Amino acid sequence: MLVSQQQRIQEDIRAMVDKHGRSRSSLLPVLQEIQARWSSVPDFAMQVVADELGLHPAEVYGVVSFYSFLDHGPRGRFVVRLCRTISCELACKSRIARQLENELGIAFGQTTPDGRFSLEWANCLGLCDQGPALLVNDRVWTRVTPDQVHAIIEDCRKVFGAHAAQPAHASGA
Amino acid sequence: MHVIDSRKTPFTFDSVERGAGLAAALKLSRADIIATVAASNLRGRGGAGFPTATKWNLAAAARVKNEGDHKYVVCNADEGEPGTFKDRVLLSDYAELVFEGMTIAARAIGAPRGIVYLRGEYLYLRPHLETVLRHRREAGLLGSDIGGIAGFVFDIEIRMGSGAYVCGEETALIESLEGQRGEPRNRPPFPVDTGFLGQPTVVNNVETLAAVTAIFANGPDAFRLLGSAKSAGFKLFSVSGDCTAPGVYEFPLGITVRHLLEQVGGQDAKAVQVGGASGVCLPAAQFSRRIAFEDVGTGGSIIVFGPHRDMLAVARNFMEFFVEESCGQCTPCRIGNVKILEGIERLERGECSTAYLKELRALGETMQLASKCGLGQSSPNAFLSIMDHFQDEVLGRTPSLAGGER
Ligand SMILES: Cc1cc2nc3c(=O)[nH]c(=O)nc-3n(C[C@H](O)[C@H](O)[C@H](O)COP(=O)(O)O)c2cc1C
Ligand code: SF4
Ligand code: FES
Repeated sequence: MLVSQQQRIQEDIRAMVDKHGRSRSSLLPVLQEIQARWSSVPDFAMQVVADELGLHPAEVYGVVSFYSFLDHGPRGRFVVRLCRTISCELACKSRIARQLENELGIAFGQTTPDGRFSLEWANCLGLCDQGPALLVNDRVWTRVTPDQVHAIIEDCRKVFGAHAAQPAHASGA
Repeated sequence: MHVIDSRKTPFTFDSVERGAGLAAALKLSRADIIATVAASNLRGRGGAGFPTATKWNLAAAARVKNEGDHKYVVCNADEGEPGTFKDRVLLSDYAELVFEGMTIAARAIGAPRGIVYLRGEYLYLRPHLETVLRHRREAGLLGSDIGGIAGFVFDIEIRMGSGAYVCGEETALIESLEGQRGEPRNRPPFPVDTGFLGQPTVVNNVETLAAVTAIFANGPDAFRLLGSAKSAGFKLFSVSGDCTAPGVYEFPLGITVRHLLEQVGGQDAKAVQVGGASGVCLPAAQFSRRIAFEDVGTGGSIIVFGPHRDMLAVARNFMEFFVEESCGQCTPCRIGNVKILEGIERLERGECSTAYLKELRALGETMQLASKCGLGQSSPNAFLSIMDHFQDEVLGRTPSLAGGER
């Protein structure tokens, strides 16, 4: 990674810490903002956060690894999370799962080679009367049928074309 | 967004004029505010049913640790229990009533700061909630000298969770707010004494806080006279699964399972899970039982299983959930959930003896006693109750049956 890129990420994270405050209880909001910006919390970012908040990097890693919405490794620009909990299972979530795998060409837990999509399982999304339910980033889809899966993915591709933010890991952070 | 309106019955909250509850409460002294909550017999809507007035009294009496410290009111909007979605509806459509309830709690215990801990899965609700908070600040309902009371200072901030069910447990939630892994603490000390940043903290469920507002707006008697003697009031139920009209319903506590099923179009159910993954599974023979803290208690999750469902597959789904969501801090829960899941896999293959099943049951009972927090104490419930009532369905499976209907 270029030094100037590192510097830019460092400045961005400093601004986040300034906004949320330099106390330990700001750690989660800062990490959440990093995750939203770069689709994961890479090593370099954890190091910067640790320095800024006066923590050991291992402490920061301990927190990142605990929460399923914070990722250490690279994740796609769009994270598709299909609910696998009971009410969605009763509503045949497994057919949606299969079709998601077919459309994206990846299995659950994987990211497409172009870095656009990750496919994940989620536990109950609080939409149990409208299953099968899924989240794409913070966007909700309910009563999904197998033939809608393609349109959901296409919808994301359009957004991607409109403002293609570079994930930090794409530049090797 | 693609969320369809989940409401299926009129809510009492519809009849509550915005602002009326807070205005009524602010006319009272702090002690009288808590006395009014006590007179309503309100018990917490998050699941455990702890009397709300008792909790507030303890926090009001507790002292801050050092001069300059202060108390906190936390709204638990982590709503992670499988089959629960009523807090989502409250936050979407009745957010004012939730914030009013927080403001009343703040007045009662003397807390200048409130925090809503919103689950990460509900990030799409945040802009709406921020807008409501901004309007309340502009209207002088948050900030300083609220309601013209000199020195009454209170404001509310929203903090997001990040996808961990255990963070709904109140001490894990506080750890998470403090920037830690969401691992439950030993209790005591309780949050009312040693909560967020070590200060006295009231943690209440979203629905509890909205109910407080309704109680002040409509009077405590209107609330207490509904429901049963030990479980006062109306309650929201999140209904999903095999019924014709899933959604959020309001019923008085004490309703029988059968009556509830008639309302939601689930009469032909073979079993009902009351209380989500950590609740219990009732067979049709027990549908005359009452949903109330003195009988089958719940935070409001009702999952209906139709006649064709494989109950072993149901048990498996619940145990997979707990294996995934256990924080791993204590052994009974970390190991126990995995062992029970392995036992279910054995049952699926038709390779489980009655003696082994008995051992699994003993393990589940040990977990109920020995686990550190409510997650491990209740995670075996679904498995145990399914084995109680559907043993003939799960034993002696042949390969063609393995995995059941899945
Ligand atoms: C594993 C676990 C998860 C919980 N999740 C929630 C939750 O999502 N929302 C909630 O209000 N209470 C939840 N609780 C209960 C809280 O610990 C606490 O009892 C509740 O927030 C108190 O509020 P109340 O008295 O108003 O019900 C959970 C408890 C456990 C053990
Ligand atoms: S019971 Fe489970 S979730 Fe609770 S502290 Fe122990 S390991 Fe963690
Ligand atoms: S079970 Fe899928 S949203 Fe609740």
